[in-house]
Amino acid sequence: MLKRVHFPTSALPYLLVAPQIIITLVFFIWPASQAMYQSFLIEDAFGLGTEFVWFENFQILATDHHYLASFQRTAVFSVLVAALSMGFALILAGFAQRVVRGAMFYRTMLIWPYAVAPVLAGALWVFMFNPTLGIFPYFLEFAGITWNHYLNGTQAMALVILAAAWKQVAYNFLFYLAAMQSIPNSVIEAAAIDGAGPARRFWTIIFPLISPTTFFLLVINMVYAFFETFGIIHAVTQGGPGTSTTILVYKVFNDGFVGLDLGGSAAQSVVLMVLVIAMTVVQFRFVERKVAY
Amino acid sequence: MADIQLKDLVKSYGPTEVLHHIEGDIRDGEFIVIVGPSGCGKSTLLRMVAGLESVTSGEIAIGGRRVNELEPSARDIAMVFQNYALYPHMSVRQNMAYGLKIRKLPKDEINRRVEEAAEILEIKQYLDRKPRQLSGGQRQRVAMGRAIVRDPQVFLFDEPLSNLDAKLRVQMRLEIRKLQQRLGVTSIYVTHDQVEAMTLGDRLMVLNGGYVEQFGTPIELYDRPASVFVAGFIGSPSMNFLPVEISTGHATLPGGGLLPVAAAHSGAATLGLRPEHLKEDENGPLAIEVDMLEQLGASTLIHGRLHGTGHSITASVPGHAHDGIGSIRRFSAAPELTHLFDTVSGKRLAV
Amino acid sequence: MVENRPLTAFLTHLVLILGVIAIALPVWITFVASTHDALRMNQAPLPLWPGDYFLVNMKQTLFGSGLSGTESAPVWLMLLNSLAMALMISTGKIAISLLSAFAIVYFKFPFRMGFFWMIFITLMLPVEVRILPTFEVVANLGLLNSYWGLSIPLIASATATFMFRQVFLTVPDELLESARIDGAGPLRFFFDILLPLSRTNIAALFVILFIFGWNQYLWPLLITTDTSMTTIVMSIKQMLEAAEQSPQWNIIMTTALLAMIPPVFVVIAMQKLFVQGLTETDK
Repeated sequence: MLKRVHFPTSALPYLLVAPQIIITLVFFIWPASQAMYQSFLIEDAFGLGTEFVWFENFQILATDHHYLASFQRTAVFSVLVAALSMGFALILAGFAQRVVRGAMFYRTMLIWPYAVAPVLAGALWVFMFNPTLGIFPYFLEFAGITWNHYLNGTQAMALVILAAAWKQVAYNFLFYLAAMQSIPNSVIEAAAIDGAGPARRFWTIIFPLISPTTFFLLVINMVYAFFETFGIIHAVTQGGPGTSTTILVYKVFNDGFVGLDLGGSAAQSVVLMVLVIAMTVVQFRFVERKVAY
Repeated sequence: MADIQLKDLVKSYGPTEVLHHIEGDIRDGEFIVIVGPSGCGKSTLLRMVAGLESVTSGEIAIGGRRVNELEPSARDIAMVFQNYALYPHMSVRQNMAYGLKIRKLPKDEINRRVEEAAEILEIKQYLDRKPRQLSGGQRQRVAMGRAIVRDPQVFLFDEPLSNLDAKLRVQMRLEIRKLQQRLGVTSIYVTHDQVEAMTLGDRLMVLNGGYVEQFGTPIELYDRPASVFVAGFIGSPSMNFLPVEISTGHATLPGGGLLPVAAAHSGAATLGLRPEHLKEDENGPLAIEVDMLEQLGASTLIHGRLHGTGHSITASVPGHAHDGIGSIRRFSAAPELTHLFDTVSGKRLAV
Repeated sequence: MVENRPLTAFLTHLVLILGVIAIALPVWITFVASTHDALRMNQAPLPLWPGDYFLVNMKQTLFGSGLSGTESAPVWLMLLNSLAMALMISTGKIAISLLSAFAIVYFKFPFRMGFFWMIFITLMLPVEVRILPTFEVVANLGLLNSYWGLSIPLIASATATFMFRQVFLTVPDELLESARIDGAGPLRFFFDILLPLSRTNIAALFVILFIFGWNQYLWPLLITTDTSMTTIVMSIKQMLEAAEQSPQWNIIMTTALLAMIPPVFVVIAMQKLFVQGLTETDK
């Protein structure tokens, strides 16, 4: 935590932390506490006065079926994004890890989507699935499926999930590959001598040994799906059709900036904050255990 | 060049006192070794002289000047660390020149000093290498070079040889001694190795549990150890200790033998006998039942127990010993080579 | 590989190549779209093979008036805005995190732990959960439509601070002691010893943060209303909206390509640093 020897106390350390602390206070802690304060207020219909209402905003949320539906939708969305991108990454890493020649090439070709902004990922996928022009609706037509994510909520959800998962494969692949490469070769060889073939080795040796990474990635992917996919939703569906792709973070934005429901949006912010805190705690718990392991 | 005075020096961490009222006068040009087991406070003492640890109470003076409040850089000292502490991103030359550059010495003066030190230490060909390209012994020399170029009043060494292998350690030990004699700089050297201490130091300060047990020349420490601790710590193999009863110039050994000793008083005491001072003697009072022999070539160590008791005892005899495990062999010791200590305080008893 | 069976080797490469194709497909289609003219891009099925309008589209996108029927800044200006924002965010984060990590590791001062936890808390407050009040603060400070407003509220960084703290803790104590004996003060030690020793960590973090900064979306969307402050990443959304009236997919996709080239180039060109940065900051 601190060095055994340190510099004598002076004003210097305060000056050194000052920029970070000032920014933290002004742009993080103050706004967050404002959000918390506002979540206890209700503005009257004309925007003329506000009333302090304690937890009424939260009670409204708890009984608002739009909000509860959005909660459920977010859960489905994040689980599917995580499962899809982690599953795909796991398979690719499992094969890439066996390659000797060309390993670098495959890695390079699989990690670059990390650098694509979520909103761009959304744009790419919305273009491919454009109902009148897109490549995929054209081919789906032959299979008897009419694709129109502007009208069909399930299709819209599928599209944002695909776009979000596509972008995240790179990250998961990198961590899975690193985890697999850190397994000592002798363990794999021992299993081969015991007569286990490649597939069996993967499921009985490699997969259990990288389970800490799987857990870690699960948390990271949930956080990603909860918060960083705003751009995808905003570009692809704007929460629609109807509210069929309105996940929590999009709803906060929409209710606050478009609907101008300050109290309700603030209460939603506070709920999200609690979720982030919970996920961060889980993640740090995990890091501690990884160190012990 | 300077002398160093330690006056009533105390170091505490919170309520725990780790160094207790240390006194010591170090003369100009002297090589002092602080020796003791790990955790005795020897490194802390050195770091206090360096200015890396604060002084709780008492005074440190270098060249007659109180330095308690001075920054390390203002004390005119140089230090060689156990892990060398070379700056990994700088070349050997930059490492050696860094302190001089901060002191804003002229460039050609810096170059002259670096070249000179490199010459002395025979590291001239490595001047443009990075520390990681050097072997342990070479790094050690660079660390010394960094100390030399500063031309300080005092050298401080913090176990500088403990990261080297045994052979290199002996070689570097000699070189450090020669270098110090050549430069004549007052030096304080910390080690836990008593052989290193005996061979390097003009005088040794034996520390134990934060107390100075004894401060004297290696021979004084060997001939007249001030306490059971010093007696056991200095000399190899270690001194034997036996509980005895003194009366009229004789010690009654456990098991009954009578050994003449140089003692003025009577009562219980701890008798100390160095293994190399035990002489084989058919009529000797020490009967040793032999458990094991260690052949060292020039001499042989006989490990055994005082006959009829559980007290283990070691004797060193010249030459090769004959096989004789299980046999009983008799020894005696000259009275002037025996040591007596108080049973309670462990302090040497006056003759 | 433990055994050497040609069939498994073939299968392995086959799966990987299919994976690479699946991952690259959206970008390939984007690239193809940027190589045809507007007319071709309005006929289904869309082409799967490049045409020869790439340079024409590039020129029109970068220096032309953008999409017809919209009022927006030229794309080259958007690229500059994005570059400025990404550089300000990444260097800003690195600078203030280096300084605070240095203070926290090498000084003992009242409220040290308090500051540490305050920085830690920022980890739990992503911009998405405090959008409205943060927007108000920036508006009240008069920072809307400025580079400062784009970057400063984003440069507090717990992860970067933790990473540098971790790096500094692995620097042996003796180097500091040695430097003190050599007469180096805190700032001198920081610049002469600590910074050179953290070079690669700084570079690795820079790669990650540059991508982070370049890809910012929600924040610029909120605080820039002036078209001359638009960043390239934000502009895509406006173009998609415009496309619903008059589709010009060739231009939109060229813009998308331009928006992703810089960060993708950084990842590929500095792959080693990128991997190091990614794994280090998530520890």
